[in-house]
Amino acid sequence: MEQLNTEKITTPKLFILSGLFLVVFGLLFGIVGAFQYIIPGLFKEYLSFEKVRPLHVSSVIFWIIITAVGGTWTYILEYTQKKIYSSILIKIQLILFVFTFIAILISYFFGVFGGREYWEFPPLLALPIVLGWVLFIINFIKTIKTIKHHPVYVWMWFTGTVFFLFTFLESYLWIFPYFRNNVVNDMTIQWKSYGSMVGSWNMLIYGCSIYLMDKISGNKAYARSNIAFALYFTGLFNLMFNWGHHIYVLPTHNFIKHISYLVSMTELFIIGRIIYKWNSTLSEAKKNFYRSSYRFLAAADVWIFLNLLLAIMMSIPAINLYTHGTHITVAHTMGTTIGINTMLLLAIAYETLSNSCISFEPYKKLMKSGYWIANFSLFIFWISLIIAGILKSKWQMSTEQIPFAEMKEMLKPYFYSFLIAGTVLATGLIMVIYPLVKNQVLCILNTEGKQIEKTEL
Amino acid sequence: MLSEKQKLVLIIFLTIAFLSYSVYLYTFLPYKQRKISEQCVKGMDLWQKYNCNACHQVYGLGGYLGPDLTNVYSKRGPEYIAAFLQSGTQIMPKFNFSEDEIKSLLAFLEMMDKSGKADPRTYKINKDGTIEY
Ligand code: HEC
Ligand code: HEM
Repeated sequence: MEQLNTEKITTPKLFILSGLFLVVFGLLFGIVGAFQYIIPGLFKEYLSFEKVRPLHVSSVIFWIIITAVGGTWTYILEYTQKKIYSSILIKIQLILFVFTFIAILISYFFGVFGGREYWEFPPLLALPIVLGWVLFIINFIKTIKTIKHHPVYVWMWFTGTVFFLFTFLESYLWIFPYFRNNVVNDMTIQWKSYGSMVGSWNMLIYGCSIYLMDKISGNKAYARSNIAFALYFTGLFNLMFNWGHHIYVLPTHNFIKHISYLVSMTELFIIGRIIYKWNSTLSEAKKNFYRSSYRFLAAADVWIFLNLLLAIMMSIPAINLYTHGTHITVAHTMGTTIGINTMLLLAIAYETLSNSCISFEPYKKLMKSGYWIANFSLFIFWISLIIAGILKSKWQMSTEQIPFAEMKEMLKPYFYSFLIAGTVLATGLIMVIYPLVKNQVLCILNTEGKQIEKTEL
Repeated sequence: MLSEKQKLVLIIFLTIAFLSYSVYLYTFLPYKQRKISEQCVKGMDLWQKYNCNACHQVYGLGGYLGPDLTNVYSKRGPEYIAAFLQSGTQIMPKFNFSEDEIKSLLAFLEMMDKSGKADPRTYKINKDGTIEY
């Protein structure tokens, strides 16, 4: 245990806490969706798959975004050691996000859709999100004041916030007939925006992780080093130009595909560095593994390696031709959003929410088992999707015209293991999340004056 | 060490490149605009309103519970599709479309079909890893 403090729940923490509720909600709908894979027509009357999928996907993406924002705010304020420019603006931002996300999820229940990936909600509901994001940028810039002489994570937060706004607005260009009147044009711009948007929230999350890593290791030099900036610029370059790997089979401009292919290959530099640093990463891990937040960072390292290998392969058009439209894409999407984003965000949540109103001692075992259960089951989950994808790919490429329904029957064993592993995964994650949420809720309910302890988690 | 100035130059350069690329793409979209029929626009709206994309893919993008529909129009023909839409299936809900709505969806699927082929078997693979249609 560290020093006692009387820290109250702050707005940045409320972002993270809201995120934790969203992920639990999203996990439950993931399980429902997986059941619908196994039992055709399950809940068809009132909760059909076209409702369940966006309920799942939007909840977990909101978890990623709102928690990334909460983490970014927490660390900006810690880093600058200054007061926030406007505590009103950040509160409005939180309220706009939370209420809009709730409205969106309710609209899905009632079958009211915007009907486009990944934002399947009616476009009007995008307005409060844009407004909240503009407030975020203003508040951020005014708080940080200058963009000069900052470590790499500040650069990442800055580019992440600005590019998110740009790409989010870009993803609504379809409302103009100029873009929408031709599907190929429309899909080109759609995937341009989404591809870069994912890169933008990753900037926020990776920025927070580097900050957190520095804090744990006590080494402030890395975030100002050349290698940190080289990796940052590689990431930014990919954010801007690699999105074409989503649309290799779309009959769009060929140069888009060539540019994306070449740019995606620069990620080999990141893989190379991971391999080069393997030994020192491992010894660092052994030293710090007793800390919960570090444990999640270490897990994310392994998932980064596995998913980056898969991603680089899928960015080669000749391989993408086989993997595209199969569950290998889903393995990639969920592999990265769970293995990398969720693990990193949990590291951040563990670090920021560990001031306690309850003693964490009785929960330590639960949290540790949850961690291992989640990671092992995620591996099975990931492999099941990859195998299902390989089989679908064979079907897609085969000259025999086997009916779609028959192919799905062939994939069924892997959907079973997907469902089981997914349910165990959700259980593991909830075991990890539960004590954090319980503690924070008690902190909020706690009548003032009670001392809050900081537990070493 | 990269100096502060070098970093700023680099980020400004990248941002300008990105913005130019974006503006170029908005201006020179892959296909010249054709005006499309009102029926087809209605079909697009219905496609989005009923979130068909959550279960179906076009060009391999979308949800995975149902089949890719990019070229379903030429593969199955309008009567077959209309019958499917009227009856629903074990998994696909019965949406209770009117005659006109079915016509609109068919117009949309026909337009989609004409936009290109989404079948991976129709591509040729080159030695450098690129693919050709
Ligand atoms: C809940 C998921 C779901 C939704 C939503 C859905 N479909 Fe389907 N659809 C399916 C499935 C699954 C099949 C394959 C037949 C089967 O196994 O039931 C199918 C088959 C079809 C087929 C026949 C394809 C073929 O090659 O045989 C067409 C056409 C079709 N759907 C159009 C639509 C349209 C248009 C919409 C939106 C208005 C829509 N679907 C919404 C699940 C869905
Ligand atoms: C924090 C955890 C999770 C995250 C971040 C997450 C994220 C996602 C994302 C981003 C997609 C869209 C995939 C794509 O379009 O390629 C998706 C789809 C899906 N996920 Fe998850 N997921 C999580 C957990 C789960 C769990 C535990 C299950 C089930 C047991 C599950 C089941 C599904 C299903 C069935 C789909 C739909 C696939 C389809 O389109 O057919 N997810 N998830």
